[in-house]
Amino acid sequence: MKIVPLDAAVAMIPNGASLMIGGFMGVGSPDRIIDEIVRQRKSHLTIVANDTALPGRGIGKLVDANLVTRAIASHIGLNPETQRQMIAGTMSVDLVPQGTLVERIRAGGAGLGGILTPTGVGTIVEEGKQRLEVQGKAYLLETALRADFALVGAFLSDYLGNLSYALTARNFNPLVAMAAETTIVTAEHIVPVGLIAPDHVMTPAPLVDYVVANG
Amino acid sequence: MMAMEAQEIIARRIAHELRAGMLVNLGIGIPTLVANYVPKDVTVFFQSENGLIGTGPIPEQGMAQPLLTDAGGRPVTALPGASTFDSAMSFALIRGGHVDATVLGALQVDGTGLLANWMIPGKMVPGMGGAMDLVTGAKRVIIAMQHTAKGKPKIVKKCSLPLTAARPVDLVVTELAVIAFPAGRATLLETAPDTSVQDVIAATEAPLLVSDAVISMAL
Repeated sequence: MKIVPLDAAVAMIPNGASLMIGGFMGVGSPDRIIDEIVRQRKSHLTIVANDTALPGRGIGKLVDANLVTRAIASHIGLNPETQRQMIAGTMSVDLVPQGTLVERIRAGGAGLGGILTPTGVGTIVEEGKQRLEVQGKAYLLETALRADFALVGAFLSDYLGNLSYALTARNFNPLVAMAAETTIVTAEHIVPVGLIAPDHVMTPAPLVDYVVANG
Repeated sequence: MMAMEAQEIIARRIAHELRAGMLVNLGIGIPTLVANYVPKDVTVFFQSENGLIGTGPIPEQGMAQPLLTDAGGRPVTALPGASTFDSAMSFALIRGGHVDATVLGALQVDGTGLLANWMIPGKMVPGMGGAMDLVTGAKRVIIAMQHTAKGKPKIVKKCSLPLTAARPVDLVVTELAVIAFPAGRATLLETAPDTSVQDVIAATEAPLLVSDAVISMAL
């Protein structure tokens, strides 16, 4: 793991990159990285995340700045700007059931080709997918998801990159941290090694490539 | 007695379905109100699918913690004994049958109990969020909704809107009635105070079996 300045961390991301971003309605999202992506105007991004938050908040800021061309998410209902861009055809949105989305990300980080889930069987989510019967029950084959970069919002990072998360800010963060080629973290607090007890480490340091330095 | 608001009737009646020790997920809207009517001495574990069991009421003014919210992003509190976890765990709980009951809103329910509650093509496409997983995996699915929308029945012969799951719901509670789906047929079990069986039938499009012993809703 390397500690990098914020601008250098975001400079690594090319236009057109795919980004998996932690957070749930803006809670636990890596806000400093998002703000810097907007400042550096990284464009044509593909976003994989639970939701697009609200206008002006979390991932919603990337949408506001017209930087996203494709979003894979479970819920966009609280962001009218995402819906406007989707209807206007400037952003494509793949809607995925939330439990399926998080398992596809988990599979991507766990070396699995996909998962079998009963969710979506018999609905429009099934269209174009393989249905398999296992022990008499129907499942959909949902393929694994990976991305170029994982952007993670942690509560604590130690100097090695061991991470812990707070309360409901954990959500998708530990999953996306495993499913990308490069994992970049912002933490509310960077602390000496040992302050996060081994039992309380939620993302082990070797999964983290970069931690953004305090500003 | 003043007439109760429709939402209060629905929330009060559903609160009677919850028992001590149950793990329960409440959707947004009317379902959220159910927590207000669970007796204080009955400990129900409420799950927020963003990663919390033990969801408590909205914090007092000035006490909101930005990293502790419900699935709508609103600040909540955590009750003693609460636990937090990631989204994979949260949906393993939901799909894996560990959630005893979920209470959700609905756009339509058909005569066999199939539910449509996540989109209106061309009009409202918010995404399904956790709804499909909840209806697929929770042990019991309870629908909290007004009986009609703009005068039109919401309990229909066949859903015209996209289904949420292939699994039928277990119970529908409205301000007029309690309806279950034994053997795949909508069956009237209870009517609200001052509501007749005929009132319910008139406000319902799907054919309704009437139980031999229709009782008055306990509120």
